[in-house]
Amino acid sequence: MSDIKLAEAPPGVEGAGFFATSLDKAIGLARANSLWPLPFATSCCGIEFMATMGSTYDLARFGAERPSFSPRQADMLLVMGTIAKKMAPVLRQVYVQMAEPRWVIAVGACASSGGIFDTYSVLQGIDEIIPVDVYVPGCPPRPEAILDGVLRLQDIVKNETLNRRNTPEYKALLEKYGIHTNK
Amino acid sequence: MSEFISKMTSNQPVFDDNDPQDELITLNIGPTHPATHGVFQNVVQIDGERIVSGVSTIGYIHRAFEKIAEHRPFYQITPLTDRLNYCSAPINNMGWHMTVEKLLKIEIPKRVQYMRVIVMELARIADHIICNGILGVDTGAFSGFLYVMQEREFIYEIFEEICGARLTTNIGRIGGFERDFNAVAFEKIREFLKRYPPVLREFEEMFVRNRIFIERTSGVAAVMPEQALDYGWSGPILRATGVDYDLRVQNPYCSYEEFDFEVPVGTTGDVYDRFMVRNEEMWQSLRIIEQALEKIEKEPKGVFHAEVPDFYLPPKEQVYTNMEALIYHFKIVMGEVDTPKAEVYHAVEGANGELGFYLIHDGGRSPYRLHFRRPSFVNYQMFAPMSAGMLLSDAIINMSSLNVIAGELDA
Amino acid sequence: MENSFLLDKLQGNFPSKIVEIPDAHDLMTILVDLDDIIDVLRFLKSDNELQFVHLTDITAVHYPHLEKEYAVVYHIHSLIHNIRIRVKVFLYGPNPEIPTATVVWKGANWMERETYDFFGVNFIGHPDLRRILNVDDMDVFPMRKEYPLEDPNRVDKKDLYFGR
Repeated sequence: MSDIKLAEAPPGVEGAGFFATSLDKAIGLARANSLWPLPFATSCCGIEFMATMGSTYDLARFGAERPSFSPRQADMLLVMGTIAKKMAPVLRQVYVQMAEPRWVIAVGACASSGGIFDTYSVLQGIDEIIPVDVYVPGCPPRPEAILDGVLRLQDIVKNETLNRRNTPEYKALLEKYGIHTNK
Repeated sequence: MSEFISKMTSNQPVFDDNDPQDELITLNIGPTHPATHGVFQNVVQIDGERIVSGVSTIGYIHRAFEKIAEHRPFYQITPLTDRLNYCSAPINNMGWHMTVEKLLKIEIPKRVQYMRVIVMELARIADHIICNGILGVDTGAFSGFLYVMQEREFIYEIFEEICGARLTTNIGRIGGFERDFNAVAFEKIREFLKRYPPVLREFEEMFVRNRIFIERTSGVAAVMPEQALDYGWSGPILRATGVDYDLRVQNPYCSYEEFDFEVPVGTTGDVYDRFMVRNEEMWQSLRIIEQALEKIEKEPKGVFHAEVPDFYLPPKEQVYTNMEALIYHFKIVMGEVDTPKAEVYHAVEGANGELGFYLIHDGGRSPYRLHFRRPSFVNYQMFAPMSAGMLLSDAIINMSSLNVIAGELDA
Repeated sequence: MENSFLLDKLQGNFPSKIVEIPDAHDLMTILVDLDDIIDVLRFLKSDNELQFVHLTDITAVHYPHLEKEYAVVYHIHSLIHNIRIRVKVFLYGPNPEIPTATVVWKGANWMERETYDFFGVNFIGHPDLRRILNVDDMDVFPMRKEYPLEDPNRVDKKDLYFGR
């Protein structure tokens, strides 16, 4: 018997020799289990992410084996650490360069809200410049918490409808951040 | 400058800038480049693979520590120091506590000092593990990193046992520790002393005589001691050039003078020497921890802080039941304790150099001015000038061997 | 080496220009005139007996209540004798100026840029005096006491919620 565990099939209709489910669910399943992370690590949380990728915690178990350092080939932007105002345009540009569908996890207090650095030089949460899907609390979060954040994101990805990215609501959300889509 | 270049690349032909056939390319590395392990931006001009000149831009995670420190009482500055060099946060914590204790002239019991030594040396090992492991990754050996990372996780387990946190530890209080090390902590430290040496031995065997590693690192970014001192270097990278300057020996704090350990120095100051110095420092740290454990045995049990009720917060259960404790608690939290007006500078041997705290106090609740002398900041400024004439790939491993931590660099 | 020897030697070479600040808590602290600072630093570094070769740190302090508002502080370390000295220079505001120490130590470069960035101290003769940590288009010097810690432009932080 193999140790390899298969992802659970989405709910569907099963019969002799066939299995039917909606396209949304099938694609969601595929997407959720092969998220390519783009680690945008700036400070302490980045070190905890290193532990998350390392041998003890091993994020690769959840289908995120390949950290993509090119925004063009990544699905999941993990923002870890303080984003200073000097860094904000860079982060925004990285987000804009990512192809749809794209998801963002704000890891740690600094990325979520500025954390303990309520100062003139620190952006008070990355949601001021880009939309965020999952917030992971902690300063820094434990590797388990980061893994949990990724699992929560997988839930979101699984249940996302295929045309969400084309809806007026989604476009309005991006417009709110000043990101223009050409579709 | 040309003299500098020829020094840096003694075996390479010195570059001719006026050659019309040269076509220089401007390359932007960072601030989010995967090879730089942090937010550093370097704009370099390259001719083929060779760097002609470079400009470093820093400040991408400037968090205004020094300004925050002017608005916080002493004990609330400890969490800030965590986030300076987050790879070895306990050293920063201890350095800050010792600075305040120097200001307030608090005598620390021996047992507490030894406990601090243990914590600091564990942190030094954790930091060197990352630096040397990453240096391995950058030269193409990923497995060494994975081996030692597990041991780093074990160090974090020890920290968790001591203070409850892994990375940003906030260990200790002004005047000692917030609680004694429990039996499990001591047990785990002993276990670490047993299980780490074979792993480190294996790790070092993978690199020390490894031909690929030697070819990639030996002679790369060699620095003369004069240059290093001119740029204010300190820590392992200065010792790799052959200057035996270690604050634990030069200005002993925390009873380091009682310990028997050696300060490894290099000869050429290249990346290989830096690797070896850090590697040997890990062995020495293990020796120090072992001695500290022995010394603790001889001290009276259960002492984990100095008797300074004016500055050391009383236990919470006493605050609710004991009048005196309540008064002290109130006085400390409201900042109504008399403190001297003075200036102190205290430096500890951080994992990558001299970590200094320059504290100016005017008797108020928070420091009048607190300046951090951050080793990464001082060490990193030589990176751009020394990259001139270097291969791009060498510059990358040079950067990882400098062990520049972005949080410390940008304060 | 004794502090008194060091002080005598300095005062012998720079008569009536160097004052020791008494009752220093830890390090010997001397006060130097603005005009002599580079000469003193160079002397400390190059004198054969002293050899203060390691420039540990340069920073500044803002004292808005003093007539000379800014103090630039140098920490220098003689590795051979294992002795440290703190050198202070007081400057008039609001646009303090001081000659650069990069002519003595190359490592002074970024330290002075940081000091300029935080306090607006103009280091004359510095090869590349730009902001280093803050954004380039910032128009204040944030470590001066009159500037607040928090970003004054925040809209989401209502005083009401913070009991102010």
